[in-house]
Amino acid sequence: MDVKPNLAHAPADGGDEVQLRYARVLGWGTRIGLALLLVSFALYVSGLLPPQVPLQRLPQLWHQPVAQYLAQTGAPTGWRWLALLHHGDVLGLVGIAVLAGCSGLCLLSLLPLYRKRGDRAYLGLCLAQVAVLLVAAAGVFGGSH
Amino acid sequence: MPVRPHHDPTASPLPPVGTAPRTRTVGLGSILLLLTTSAHAASGAVAATPWWIWPAALFVACFLMGIVAVPAGIGGGTLFVPIVGSFFPFHLDFVRGAGLLVALASALAAAPMLMRGGLASVRLALPLALVASASSIGGALLGLALPVAAVQTALGLIVLGIVALMLAARKSEFPTVAAPDALGRALALHGVFTDGATGRHIDWQVHRTPLGLFVFLLIGVLAGLFGIGAGWANVPALNLLMGAPLKVSAGTSGLVLSLVDSSAAWVYLNQGAVLPMIAVPSVVGMMLGAKIGARLLHVLSGAVIRRLVIGVLLFAGMRALLKGLGVWT
Repeated sequence: MDVKPNLAHAPADGGDEVQLRYARVLGWGTRIGLALLLVSFALYVSGLLPPQVPLQRLPQLWHQPVAQYLAQTGAPTGWRWLALLHHGDVLGLVGIAVLAGCSGLCLLSLLPLYRKRGDRAYLGLCLAQVAVLLVAAAGVFGGSH
Repeated sequence: MPVRPHHDPTASPLPPVGTAPRTRTVGLGSILLLLTTSAHAASGAVAATPWWIWPAALFVACFLMGIVAVPAGIGGGTLFVPIVGSFFPFHLDFVRGAGLLVALASALAAAPMLMRGGLASVRLALPLALVASASSIGGALLGLALPVAAVQTALGLIVLGIVALMLAARKSEFPTVAAPDALGRALALHGVFTDGATGRHIDWQVHRTPLGLFVFLLIGVLAGLFGIGAGWANVPALNLLMGAPLKVSAGTSGLVLSLVDSSAAWVYLNQGAVLPMIAVPSVVGMMLGAKIGARLLHVLSGAVIRRLVIGVLLFAGMRALLKGLGVWT
């Protein structure tokens, strides 16, 4: 069966360039995030960086809802963890934040390409997606208990 | 370009295998079942258990889940929440936070390669990911606000729904799209990919874009609410509803997932529902297992693995449902 795509509205050029740039930035972001995750976890479980919540206490805490866990441990919510990075368990959140944030960087890296091409629809879509990620990251909706 | 439509609900990407791989597969599934039931049995003695037992068991369970997830054609994140939520002593809030990270890390790790190969289309993913990631924030907030019994019950129902979908869903390798819809045409939602199996260049385009956007809005809510990867829903929506080729659907699903789960993960992170002690062994175990699973694709029987995964999901789904209803606590 013949399937003939309508190419009348295809981007003028550079579809591959978008894909490759996104892939390159995402590849690096993921590698850095995973490396940070592993290093911080090693520092955490080895005791080189003391945790905010002692390891031995965890089995009595991790079966509780997050609100009770926070009330009993004083663990940080929102971005307050940035002030507690000297604790091994809190440091682990850096790698997680990099993993959750690297897609935003990928989208920002596409903006010059879409602008150069005059692709306003995708320029807007990228900005809107970055805005959604920023809203989620900022904790605008229920950032803390 | 001539493209032969191919509808085969029973098609497996794996070659036929003999008795030995089947035995290996059954052994792997038995270990996974044994581990999960052992974990459940031991959960009664949580207080007396050294702290490191559970993260170590979690790592092993995720490693095994990662191995079976690839040949079963299901995301590790979809297995994680029902199994860990049902058989480990962690609260569902933390399990969902870790589940999102498992799905996110897996999607992020696979996406660059898929994009370079043209199997994940940024152009197709962006509009769908935008609506799904916005709704996933609402889903995540809803999940953290609802009583755990309600979430557990709904999780059980959704997992049983996934089982039904796995049993019944058809796949279409090259769906027929006679003409794109107006929105799809305006957004130029089409592309070309090279089929590695045949070496052919396949042109593709999509239709029913507005309906697709609505479906992805709902998928985003589910992803945020339950912390499960939504590949099980993304692929049928892209393939059967919008008409993208199966391989492009699977690749683009991962890219959509990476954006949707990023939004939802921030909500769980901000609410303090991400414990590195649960999340890190899960992510590392699942990613290592997925690497082994990809290498064992030609050794393990995809059909047998798939039946085992359906069996485990059925058990975990029933367990979550009954736990939520207070019947099996």
